[in-house]
Amino acid sequence: MIKAILIFNNHGKPRLIRFYEYFAEDVQQQIIRETFHLVSKRDDNVCNFLEGGSLIGGSDYKLIYRHYATLYFVFCVDSSESELGILDLIQVFVETLDKCFENVCELDLIFHMDKVHFILQEVVMGGMVLETNMNEIVGQVELQNRMEKSEGGFSAAPARAVSAVKNINLPEMPRNINIGDINIKVPSLSPF
Amino acid sequence: MSDVVEKTLSALPSLLSLDSQAGAGKLSPSSKLGNLIKGITELTSKHEEETLIKKELESIKEQVASPNTTMRQMKEIMVRAIYCEMLGYQASFSYIHAIKLAQQGSVLEKRVGYLAVSLFLNETDEFLLLLVNTVLKDLQSTNLIEVCMALTVVSQMFPKDMIPAILPVVEEKLTHPKEIIRRKAVLALYKFYLIAPNQVQHIHSKFRKALCDKDPGVMTASLHIYLQLIKENPESYKDLTGSMVTILRQVVGGKLPLDFNYHSVPAPWLQIQLLRILAYLGKEDQGTSEMMYDVLEESLRRAEMNHNITYAILFECVKTIYTVHPKSQLLEKAAECIGNFVLSPKINLKYLGLKALTYVVQQDANLALPHQMTIIECLDHSDVIIKRETLELLFRITNAQNVTVIVEKMLEFLRLTCDDYSTIDLVGKVAELAEKYSPDNVWFIQTMNSVFSLGGDVMQPDIPNNFLRLLAEGVDNVEDRQLRLFAVDSYVSLLQGETAKLPQRFLQVISWVLGEYSYLREEESDPGSVMRLLARLLDQRHTSTETRSWVLGAMTKLCSSPVSVALARDVCERYSGSLNTVLRQKAQELMILSQDTKLRARVLPAEGRLESPEVDSSLSFLDGYVSDALAAGAAPYKSPHQRQEDLVQEKALSLEPYGLSLPVSLSSCSITDRRSPTLLSMSSGLSGNSTELSHQEGSTTLKLEGVKRVWGKDGYLAQQQSAGETPTPLVELPSPLLSPQSPPSQKPSSGLEPDQEKRQLASSLFVGLGSHNSVCLMGRAETAPRHFRRKPRGESSSGASEGSSDSSHSSRSAAVDNLLHSNLLDSTTVASEGGAATTTTPQQTSQRTLDHTTSNGNPHVEGTEQRVEAGGPLSLIRGNGMVAVVPPTHTQTDPQTQQDLHPAPALERPRDLPLTSHLPAELSGLARSEFTPLCSDQDSSLALSACRVYKEDALVLLVFISNNNDSALHQMVLQLTCKELEISCISGSPLKEVKGHSVSVCLHTVVMKRASVQVELAGLLSYQRPLGQPQAAQFSLSLSLKHFLRPLTVSTGDYGKMWLSFSHDLKQNLRLVTTEHQEPLTATLDALKGKLHLHVVDIIGSEGIVACRLLQGPGQGQPCLLHCRVHADSLAVWLRSPVPELPDSLLYHCQKALTET
Repeated sequence: MIKAILIFNNHGKPRLIRFYEYFAEDVQQQIIRETFHLVSKRDDNVCNFLEGGSLIGGSDYKLIYRHYATLYFVFCVDSSESELGILDLIQVFVETLDKCFENVCELDLIFHMDKVHFILQEVVMGGMVLETNMNEIVGQVELQNRMEKSEGGFSAAPARAVSAVKNINLPEMPRNINIGDINIKVPSLSPF
Repeated sequence: MSDVVEKTLSALPSLLSLDSQAGAGKLSPSSKLGNLIKGITELTSKHEEETLIKKELESIKEQVASPNTTMRQMKEIMVRAIYCEMLGYQASFSYIHAIKLAQQGSVLEKRVGYLAVSLFLNETDEFLLLLVNTVLKDLQSTNLIEVCMALTVVSQMFPKDMIPAILPVVEEKLTHPKEIIRRKAVLALYKFYLIAPNQVQHIHSKFRKALCDKDPGVMTASLHIYLQLIKENPESYKDLTGSMVTILRQVVGGKLPLDFNYHSVPAPWLQIQLLRILAYLGKEDQGTSEMMYDVLEESLRRAEMNHNITYAILFECVKTIYTVHPKSQLLEKAAECIGNFVLSPKINLKYLGLKALTYVVQQDANLALPHQMTIIECLDHSDVIIKRETLELLFRITNAQNVTVIVEKMLEFLRLTCDDYSTIDLVGKVAELAEKYSPDNVWFIQTMNSVFSLGGDVMQPDIPNNFLRLLAEGVDNVEDRQLRLFAVDSYVSLLQGETAKLPQRFLQVISWVLGEYSYLREEESDPGSVMRLLARLLDQRHTSTETRSWVLGAMTKLCSSPVSVALARDVCERYSGSLNTVLRQKAQELMILSQDTKLRARVLPAEGRLESPEVDSSLSFLDGYVSDALAAGAAPYKSPHQRQEDLVQEKALSLEPYGLSLPVSLSSCSITDRRSPTLLSMSSGLSGNSTELSHQEGSTTLKLEGVKRVWGKDGYLAQQQSAGETPTPLVELPSPLLSPQSPPSQKPSSGLEPDQEKRQLASSLFVGLGSHNSVCLMGRAETAPRHFRRKPRGESSSGASEGSSDSSHSSRSAAVDNLLHSNLLDSTTVASEGGAATTTTPQQTSQRTLDHTTSNGNPHVEGTEQRVEAGGPLSLIRGNGMVAVVPPTHTQTDPQTQQDLHPAPALERPRDLPLTSHLPAELSGLARSEFTPLCSDQDSSLALSACRVYKEDALVLLVFISNNNDSALHQMVLQLTCKELEISCISGSPLKEVKGHSVSVCLHTVVMKRASVQVELAGLLSYQRPLGQPQAAQFSLSLSLKHFLRPLTVSTGDYGKMWLSFSHDLKQNLRLVTTEHQEPLTATLDALKGKLHLHVVDIIGSEGIVACRLLQGPGQGQPCLLHCRVHADSLAVWLRSPVPELPDSLLYHCQKALTET
């Protein structure tokens, strides 16, 4: 079972947090911090699996993560999940995000946190893998989006508004040149 | 990149305009979130973030409270609240509004509401009750999206008690025309199964339907459920093997639509899931395994493409092949596959390869040999995770010959790591290896020194405990002396150096050892030297208070010479005024004992310190004092825990209306019972439990005798035995391997020329594996961790000779015994399968006749009836012969006649006859179960059987130990463990030995601590034959809740009062039993009464009330009331009890009992 899905950036700022098992609020924050601490000190050329956080489930608990440009996608799973399977599931999830947001970047995740959650709900439900087929997931999300458009012209507008907003001058973001850096690179399944 | 630039350019004007407008306050809702984020990113410190978020939360609070806020605005506000919560700031005021949004919003707003709810709340939150109706409504909605949302939220978190309310609707969704709905419904039901398995008991057939669903997606979802079910209980699902194999074959063969392909691999996740299920099904089951060999081979063959996901399938496939019953051809292929993983330049695959190797070397240590050089390379890998995994692998292949190298590698890693988790893990492993395979004393002590200094204060406390026990145990021969002396010497030299860096735990170990064994070196050096070193330790600032008390304890043992006494006096003066009471006490002890040599010699004799002092931990010598005080009007003692409970109860609001105060006190009387002073005298009888308690107390307060008792013989027996279970005999499999003597010929194909150093390392690491390994591997399997093997070679040879003598010994009598015993075993299986009434022996019958002389003259049949009735408080089951033995309908004592009368059960007699005759007299009149064989050893010289006797106030478990051999059994220790049960031994004296060809009985009373459907009791019998090694027999026995149920005789009036006072309830519809000559209700209740020991209080029209209690210690019990009503053609049952778990588990048994009839 997947116990938690954590997405945070290179500075440890949480971007999406989803727990499938109950943890008290402060424990959740501690888990995020500890996980970031564990993951961030690892190079990009080491393996994508980590064992041995003490917080979730002890020894029967693994962290499987991928690092894309500015973001870490971390899945905390127990021993009933296949390591490589989850690794590819992360890839599927990110590719889906990329499709839904058209060249996804960190700001999309910030400003459309709710949407990212809805996409995730189509991939993982209650800690179980629900769907691994990207086209199916995108189909489901689009179905919901269509409903959104039909419901009100206004709510469709923010999407455009936000794409403007996301280029507001954020100090964290390199200002002139390297905006590309904030994009999540979606390598077409590069060898890891 | 170009489109990013484009994006930026196109956004530029709006960006500027936004900036200019920001001050004007004309903000769209989305830019409020934008502003918040912008604000946060501009901050430089955590403190500023806090202030900003506080302000934000204030404004959110204001807005949600305002009546003018529309649902649409509320949706936007919720997103902001979610953002704040994600950053770790509580927005609890918004929870209720999130629920409101889910209840009242339009579809889109509802979606955000549900999302917020599922992120904010947890299963136990009371707010969730407000959501139940909304969920129910949405589940029934015609809008697919609403149904999906409801199913999602239900699978994320739903209150357990409310599941019955929505269960039928979710079940209905399994037949929904849309496959996405069916799929989500399956997962929601799986979630229900996880949190409340009993409540979905009845829909297992629907799971099967989902498995056969025409849509592969739904089938995939149902595999989640089956994986769990099969993991828990593979036996019940063996029939699914064929279907699973067929599904996998179709998937592998590409029969699924192309949509399911991922990088042109057909449904890889589905394949992984199926392979896991097959592994569970085929484990230790040859027949089932044979069904899957073909498809496993096919999977291996097909998964050859070079993509991650195919490796995932391969890995799973290899694991399955090594889990199921072995087939050499497949194993070869799998081993080859593992090789590819290990040699892969891709680091993730290397990691998995190492993991797979670690898994398989437990079955065949030789598999590691071809990869020696790779393993050596991995040891120096830059990735710590790989390094750690390699060490884990090495740990598994350690033997007496390579232990020094492997431990050295582990310590090397330990010195570099700073992560607590790996430290704790590895330190434990090093200690285990050192204890098992240590080549000599010096090495052992040095290794343990490194363990203590590296493990520091994070390591498991049983490492120092085990170490000290090992030092303290053993006969006082030269070798033990040497070990101790060496330890003392090494510690003295350590203390002479810098001590500031030594962890406190290590210092404590040092002081204990010095205190106990310094006398060994006393002759050669001046007497006060150790004392002075300890005193120096006391003075140092970094020494903790706990360590100081250990040091003082050691000094107390040492102060024999005049120099030491003088030193001790100094120390005492300083610490007798300490603020810490423990230190002060220790100082006082030291003061008095150092001055009074005679007293000291009595309290702390130099020799024989190992014998643990007899401690009356129940303090029974105080009973007189206590009863006097109680008589004088003192309040009975309450443990701190109970006092806390009282406090809580006083503070808690009474939720019951005033009128019901009487029944409330009625229900709580069982609680007050527990606190009565009788408990004191009770506990003095049950010293087994209370000793343990005082052990714990002793270790925290650090009293002198507490310290000793920690390493007492009894305290560690349990640990040693549980550790003894782990070693599994290693099976040697034929595999094309090179012998370890020629490592150069096994260069890995990586092409890297390994240097000489690495080769040497390889040969030292892998020594002992390979062609000659069978001997030492066997030796390893035999080794009980307790035995510190200082002379591995000598001991293994003696072990072998012992083994051979043992076998010759057994072969003498084997011919006869085997014949006899196999016969016996056969008959018992007949008995247990039949499950029918077993015969009672003549002795027993006569016993009963003696007991009930009144019935002696009556006709046979009546007499028996009456006896059972007349059993009074002792005999429990009145007139129903559920699992109980039906007493024979005659009192003749001639076995011949009996056999004539009962020709059928005659088969069972040979086994039962000896056992029934061993039933203790006081139990023989009671209802009991048939005898269950527990286990017997290979040559059937020892057989264990069990029998349950249903006493009114307890379940008595009898374990019969039948020794069918000539030689007697010695040093018998029987241990029963189960964390859900309270087990106490009631045989007069613990049995020590069983003579040849005789039977002994151990009696235990068993009660449930908490109600649960079924518990597994683990037992371990250790014993020794003359001339033999200590042996142990393991067994397990499952006890079900129904064994602990007793009828509760109450009047209808009392029932009514109790009903109102119980807070935990559960409703469920059950099947009605129909018979020809009875009302369905009566028939059903009779069936329940017969199977579960319930008491039918009353039947009025179509309603019946039933009561029972769950045994919970002497004089106590937890009641459970059932209210049954016939409703259409089912029985609506409503259960109530003061304990939450009881209705749930009882309901399960009711369901089971009724489906069986």
